Amino acid sequence: MNWFVLPYLAWSGWASRAAIALLVVCAPLATTLAADSVSTADSQPQVPDTIQQRVKACTTCHGVHGEGSAGDGVFPRLAGKPAAYLAQQLAYFQDGLRKYAPMEYTVRQLSPAYMEEIAAYFSAQEAPYHQSPVPSVSTAVMERGKQLVERGDSTRGIPSCVSCHGERLTGVEPAMPGLAGLSYDYVSAQIGSWRTHTRAAKSPDCMAIVANRLRDSDITAVAAWLGSLPPPTDMHAQPADVEKQVLPGWCVVSDAGVTP
Amino acid sequence: MKRWLGGLLAVVIVLVALALAWTFFPSPREKSPQSASSQVSATTLRDPALIARGEYLAAVGDCAACHTRKGGVRYAGGRSLATPFGNVPAPNLTPDPETGLGQWSFEDFWRALHLGEGRHGELLYPVFSYTSFTKVTHDDALAIFAYLQSLPPVRQASEEPSLRFPYSLRRSLAAWRALYFKPGVYQPDPARSEQWNRGAYLVQGLGHCNECHATRDALGGLSPDHTLTGGQIPEQNWYAPDLSVNQGGGLEGWSKGDIVDLLKTGQSAKGAAFGPMADVVRKSTQHMTDTDLDAIATYLQSLPARPAAQALVSRVSFDRKKGAQLYADRCADCHGADGRGVAGIYPPLDGNTSINEPTGINAIRTVLLGGFAPVTAGNPRPYSMPPYAQELNDEDVAAVVSYIRQSWSNKAPAVRPSDVSVYRHTPID
Repeated sequence: MNWFVLPYLAWSGWASRAAIALLVVCAPLATTLAADSVSTADSQPQVPDTIQQRVKACTTCHGVHGEGSAGDGVFPRLAGKPAAYLAQQLAYFQDGLRKYAPMEYTVRQLSPAYMEEIAAYFSAQEAPYHQSPVPSVSTAVMERGKQLVERGDSTRGIPSCVSCHGERLTGVEPAMPGLAGLSYDYVSAQIGSWRTHTRAAKSPDCMAIVANRLRDSDITAVAAWLGSLPPPTDMHAQPADVEKQVLPGWCVVSDAGVTP
Repeated sequence: MKRWLGGLLAVVIVLVALALAWTFFPSPREKSPQSASSQVSATTLRDPALIARGEYLAAVGDCAACHTRKGGVRYAGGRSLATPFGNVPAPNLTPDPETGLGQWSFEDFWRALHLGEGRHGELLYPVFSYTSFTKVTHDDALAIFAYLQSLPPVRQASEEPSLRFPYSLRRSLAAWRALYFKPGVYQPDPARSEQWNRGAYLVQGLGHCNECHATRDALGGLSPDHTLTGGQIPEQNWYAPDLSVNQGGGLEGWSKGDIVDLLKTGQSAKGAAFGPMADVVRKSTQHMTDTDLDAIATYLQSLPARPAAQALVSRVSFDRKKGAQLYADRCADCHGADGRGVAGIYPPLDGNTSINEPTGINAIRTVLLGGFAPVTAGNPRPYSMPPYAQELNDEDVAAVVSYIRQSWSNKAPAVRPSDVSVYRHTPID
């Protein structure tokens, strides 16, 4: 046999097919092995350089996209809330105006610039709304809640929710938070915290005035109505209303004399 | 029973010490404020260079950390400091004449810092760390005073301390001081380098590191035999580790660079600052010059090896399988299955001083609270750890913390679910 024929033979028939099959089978295996050797040499987990990765301390409770905790809704929705509002609230936790130990501890060592970046991340998220359970209350209570949310109660000097938080209750730029998508438990706890001085805003603290004018039964009513609203179709905060940039009169004048 | 007897004995000792103090120690000097005529001229105090140096030294001493209320004006006081003996509010250091240091002369300030005496000769509570500040030089004290006097005055009265009897009697401090306080400016060790002496001066004096990094006795005193050997911070309930880098030390194996990195950026290849140390880094050490940080690291490198801990025969058992599973599910993504972390991002747990400290407090509370490494110029956008307080019950936390404390090269005792329960409810302030 002519030795020069051997290569030709090798590339013909079953031999060549076997060689190709071997290559096909072994190539991924070899790649895997190579990858293994790399990851053994450098076994450190790969950490994405993203703000989402950096804020795991936030997202474990508030959700990766700030959608808030499902079910009880104890951890509020952050997604889509105006960035200036979110940054301001983080600063309030640092300054002791808002009191909730886990939040105070988490934000304690952050800089204003970083808090603004974190706020901007959650503000830009568009997560679906989910509804939390609402305790069964009477139709009269629901009616009272609807009244307070949509029209307020002028006899008690209580403005409507929509007058500040927007017609769709999704908030108003630049710093008015949305109320849509907040649970019954969260809304009633927050209004309560204004009355017990565990939540406050820099003066003039308009919500403190409102919270102190509400009866206990009003808090239940407002929280129940808000918690039972269907999720809005457009979840964005409304654009800033130039006419409403000035504080409403009831907040400015009654800073001192709050009717309990 | 033993505990009860010990308690009784402590009470008797305190009462005897008090009686002795009352009898033999001079009563606080009666001194009228008017007599404090300043020997330092007003012109000196307005020297911009002196004020600038004072600002730096006030940052080194982290004065603002205590003398600022949450959300309040810096140095205007108001933060209430919890001690096992009651609460002591930090006073206003701005030059307001009625509520601050407006009427203080430098001599008054020096007596406070160096001797722990107030402007009217009253003995100051040692929660104001004059046990360390006594080592500060006259020149440095003058610079700090000039800086404080240059601040805009803020009218903000401080509350009175609310201490329990007999600690509420300032005269009882005479006994405490006889036991634990020796006034004296830092004396350089001629056998050591200038850098080492600068480090020792900063650590022992203004930096007042030993006030946390040492164990206090039942009367809140520190033993001169156990400096920087680590201790549980009373009331705050964090463990400030031993600072020796040598064999058996809490920072065993830390290089000079590791120490400088942690103090400057809030994290190093060996661990990250959290809890009270995160506050110290953010407000104080990150602002120090590289020369001073190098000096501190040089001094800490010279702390002696520590006696080998007695083989800790732990009677606490834990569910290792559960701990391993929890670690794989919740921790390994960031800290690695091998516990080595990710350089510059997530700290290693293998060999980490805060994992292996004697009490387990730091690991328990970090699992519960999570959080961010402090924001510093060197680490402006830190990564963070999720808090697990709401997801894991006491048994889970005890299992995973015990697992971490006994994995890889770690050999610290396991912790109990009852420990977790206690620290779950420790206030964060």
